[in-house]
Amino acid sequence: MAQQPKKKQDVDTTGHEWDGIQEYNNPLPRWWLWIFYATIVWGIWYTIAYPAWPGIKNATAGYLGFSTRGQVAEEIAEFEAKLEPINAKLVAADLNEIRGNDELESYAVNAGAAVYRTWCAQCHGSGAAGAVGYPNLQDDAWLWGGSMEEIHYTVSHGIRNEEDPDAHWSQMPAFGADELLTEEEVQQVVNYVMSLSPVNPPVDASLVEAGAEVYEINCAACHGENAMGDKFQGAPNLSDAIWLYGGDYDSIYETVWNSRFGVMPPMGGAELTEAEIRAVTTYVHQLGGGQAPE
Amino acid sequence: MGNYIKLIVLGLIALFALIAANYARDLAYLVNAVTVALAAAALFVWTLRRTDEPVPNIDLSGEYMDGVVRAGVIATALWGVVGFLVGVTIAFQLAFPALNFEWAQGYLNFGKLRPLHTSAVIFAFGGNALIATSFYVVQRTSAARLWGGNLAWFVFWGFQLMIVLAATGYILGATQSKEYAEPEWYVDWWLTIVWVAYFAVFVGTIVKRKEPHIYVANWFYLSFIITVAMLHIVNNLSIPVSIFGSKSVQVFAGVQDAMTQWWYGHNAVGFFLTAGFLGMMYYFVPKQAERPVFSYKLSIIHFWALIFIYIWAGPHHLHYTALPDWASTLGMVFSIVLWMPSWGGMINGLMTLSGAWDKLRTDPIIRMMVISVGFYGMSTFEGPMMSIRAVNSLSHYTDWTIGHVHSGALGWNGMITFGALYFLVPRLWNRERLYSLSLVSWHFWLATIGIILYAASMWVTGIMEGLMWREVDANGFLVNSFADTVAAKFPMYVVRGLGGVLYLAGGIIMCYNLWMTVRRSPAVEATNQMVPAE
Repeated sequence: MAQQPKKKQDVDTTGHEWDGIQEYNNPLPRWWLWIFYATIVWGIWYTIAYPAWPGIKNATAGYLGFSTRGQVAEEIAEFEAKLEPINAKLVAADLNEIRGNDELESYAVNAGAAVYRTWCAQCHGSGAAGAVGYPNLQDDAWLWGGSMEEIHYTVSHGIRNEEDPDAHWSQMPAFGADELLTEEEVQQVVNYVMSLSPVNPPVDASLVEAGAEVYEINCAACHGENAMGDKFQGAPNLSDAIWLYGGDYDSIYETVWNSRFGVMPPMGGAELTEAEIRAVTTYVHQLGGGQAPE
Repeated sequence: MGNYIKLIVLGLIALFALIAANYARDLAYLVNAVTVALAAAALFVWTLRRTDEPVPNIDLSGEYMDGVVRAGVIATALWGVVGFLVGVTIAFQLAFPALNFEWAQGYLNFGKLRPLHTSAVIFAFGGNALIATSFYVVQRTSAARLWGGNLAWFVFWGFQLMIVLAATGYILGATQSKEYAEPEWYVDWWLTIVWVAYFAVFVGTIVKRKEPHIYVANWFYLSFIITVAMLHIVNNLSIPVSIFGSKSVQVFAGVQDAMTQWWYGHNAVGFFLTAGFLGMMYYFVPKQAERPVFSYKLSIIHFWALIFIYIWAGPHHLHYTALPDWASTLGMVFSIVLWMPSWGGMINGLMTLSGAWDKLRTDPIIRMMVISVGFYGMSTFEGPMMSIRAVNSLSHYTDWTIGHVHSGALGWNGMITFGALYFLVPRLWNRERLYSLSLVSWHFWLATIGIILYAASMWVTGIMEGLMWREVDANGFLVNSFADTVAAKFPMYVVRGLGGVLYLAGGIIMCYNLWMTVRRSPAVEATNQMVPAE
């Protein structure tokens, strides 16, 4: 070391004192000053290299030609170029032949899983098991059909939304709220419906018989004589163990009284490309419940 | 005569507040109007009872005005514990969403409590600490009693009223939805009045000082008061929808609004939580260490560099948004140049202790101040680093930001405030010493371990979630859903909550210790006689 650092006693104070506090006259620490200078020099260079100094109408662009939008666009373009051939093949293929074609299926399932996580998981759950009001996509029950073509249509146009005129559409009447049925009749039909499903027995078995008559007149047109549902109207099967809004007395009563109105947004058009819709259709189809074309 | 004017004014305020309550268009406004009416009525009665009573003629001009500082110390400690408690509550609400109870929806769910927490700790705890210590420090270092008589009391009570109006407003749904500037227009107007009074008291005291020079702590306090006034007014420019409702509409829109907000938000950190608290540091560290400040020159250079550069750093909150790239670049460059000016304060704080390092072993208050300055240095390194665009693209919107803020807030602001409170209470209440130094040690360790748990868990979870969000497979598709990242954070959320519990426990121990100091410690003669200027 060329120079011994000054001992504290050698440094004078400034001679000021406030409430007993004095100040040493120590110089600025060298390392501190040099790093400060270095950051300033670096900062000047950086503002020349990157967009920085504003003028009246626009700002300096920087000699590196950097822009944050350009950076993102570059990354996206790179993947798009890479995936273009396989996406073109996916869009050109017959929907029913994607599964079974090793190359297309393995790509579509992986890509579809990513699309699913970004766009579908919010409602249907990250494992696709659904939630109250949001159908489970892994089972065999399909409100609007479970073939590749039917899933593709549902994803593209959605259900009961305002945005897409081709959306699936149907509406169950609010039998109680709109006074189509009396309170007694609603109680009867709820008990009858419970007797159809293996989940919960009717609360009051004596009402089941009367309920069957109410069902015949009011419900059978959509849900079917045998309560097996109708996928062309999105009418659920009432004879199985699956209940979208709950199969207990209170939930079914609520459904009959006020009806339900499940909405799904359309994914076609602006949101997803055709290749992405086909990919997510394939992903959902292979989860377990996918059906063969009729 | 003066009292009669006061009575008329207070009566009118109470009357108008009741009229406003009658026509109130929303619940928050109604409750706030009733609060104002009650406050004015209480003050009316208080003034009435003193009107035309003989006033004992005592000359106080040779004494420092310490009553308002005592009130500020009590408010700081109490609001601190309240703010920490709400923080712990919302930390656990994030870990266990069931704690957003169904019966409390719309009032005590996370969304309502979060601004309550941030405002309670920054403005109620930090703000009271700044006002109280600045009143104490400016008197001692100017050898002058506070200017303006009871104006200082107006500042104190006006600030408490602002806190109560803001807090009840949040719970009942009055918010501008601007982070750290949530209070609605009438609370903003009120705070402006209080702040101008604060400025007048502070500057008035400096003007009548008996010392030839203005001490460095007062530069920092003054820059904090002036800049906060400017930030507060500009960021809260809004037009009320109705004078009988809490809702208002911002005059800025879109990215201009965002930029104004983060110009405000970042400088709230820069001038409220940095410059103001550096003022605290510059008085209490040399006093407690009984050593001269390390370098006068460094204090000048880093003060001017800090206040000049800080004000431009706000755009780094808006990287990769609608903000133009040039503004984002400048925000980043100024943030990095800010690194050394920030560290100037750390160097001056730590080097002031050289020659007194042995006190670290025996004096837990010094230990608190040292770790506070240490966390200050760490946060002011971390901040510039996170402002770099490439780093920010990973850290932004993640819990890393939360960890960064808390290592600064709990470590730097919290610890220096605790140190100042431990310094002040025996002196303000004329006690020989603190009730228990070993309780201070307990507080120190609980708080330190709490901060470490907090910061470490947020670093881990922040970097993890940033990496999970950007993870793409070979085909460029995202690997994780958002829900996956939330689920992965659960263990770290629990650790963070536990860190908060430790920090809160330390705060409660401090309150007990300070209370017992006032109650039990042996009394000494008052020391608030003015010291003649040197």
